[in-house]
Amino acid sequence: MNVVIMGCGRVGAHLAAMLDQDGMKVTVLDKDAYSFRRLPSDFGGTALVGDGTDADMLKKAGIEQADIFIALTQGDNRNVMAAQIAGKIFNVPRVVCRIYDPLRKDVYESLGIEAISPTTVFAELLRERLSEKTKG
Amino acid sequence: MYIIIVGGGNVGYYLSKYLLSEGHEVLVLEKDAVNCARFEDDLGSICVRGDGCEVSTLAEAGTSRADVFIAITNEDDDNLVACQIAKFKFNVPRTIARVNDPKNEDIFQKLGVDSTISVSGLIFQTIEENLPAHPLVHLLTHAASGVEIIEIKLHDRSKAVTKSVKQLKLPAGFALMLVIREGQNPQVIGEETAFKSDDRIIAIAPTGKENELRDLLIGNHESD
Repeated sequence: MNVVIMGCGRVGAHLAAMLDQDGMKVTVLDKDAYSFRRLPSDFGGTALVGDGTDADMLKKAGIEQADIFIALTQGDNRNVMAAQIAGKIFNVPRVVCRIYDPLRKDVYESLGIEAISPTTVFAELLRERLSEKTKG
Repeated sequence: MYIIIVGGGNVGYYLSKYLLSEGHEVLVLEKDAVNCARFEDDLGSICVRGDGCEVSTLAEAGTSRADVFIAITNEDDDNLVACQIAKFKFNVPRTIARVNDPKNEDIFQKLGVDSTISVSGLIFQTIEENLPAHPLVHLLTHAASGVEIIEIKLHDRSKAVTKSVKQLKLPAGFALMLVIREGQNPQVIGEETAFKSDDRIIAIAPTGKENELRDLLIGNHESD
């Protein structure tokens, strides 16, 4: 499995390390080389400095051979744009994208983009936790 | 028409001023308070402070009744998302995006934006037109039909000089329309028109094949 991850923040780096451990061929893209410090020292994948909303950069990252593309930068719009370039221009079979804004997430899901909103997920998780505590 | 503009920088400011003077209803969405104040002071209450990529902001702005939606910020990703939300969520019939990286022009159109304006493309084109020695000038791109209108200037060693249109045997998709000669009215080119040095030819070529036309009329570009 070839995976391209855009954004090497905490989540990106953590996911890259996990998928690398699972034996996938991982390439991580980030605009800032300093963010690669978050990757573990035994990371076996590729770290590339570049902008994932740039189609040429995605090609360099091997998007044409990728089975999975995940967009995890801080910017919703950057994630959405990169995800669509990966899915609709380069035909990557599986594309997942993080969208903080739940309303924007709904719009893009209706357009067939697999999106996760950490805002909604975390708020729901907290509510569950709190209700458990209150019951107990 | 009701026109929404996302991005209240210089381009947004002058664009809305123009559209207002044409009698349109204009609303500008801008994140920066200082930029918003400039609209308020000069053009009245046409600027709302907010993020034009946010569904709730666009709903408040009445995007569903907009006739035209224009996103002209400096960020391509913001322009794409604003136009897509306008088009797919609020069914705006015409969306126009500014494209800062010329590569994105094609991508945006594939992703549903109705028209794109490439800023670097426009600057490049204007400079190209102003370079006196440049033999090939783009006059117009007609994106819908995949055709470019080009001006080509012949010099004394150009292949087309002394030849007629018939002899040039242009491939399908190419056409020569007008010849402009110093001190004369432009002439419509016919089968028998023969070319001279310093002729300026207005021609049609399929998009992206302008160099082929240049090779046919002028010759190898290295020899220029």
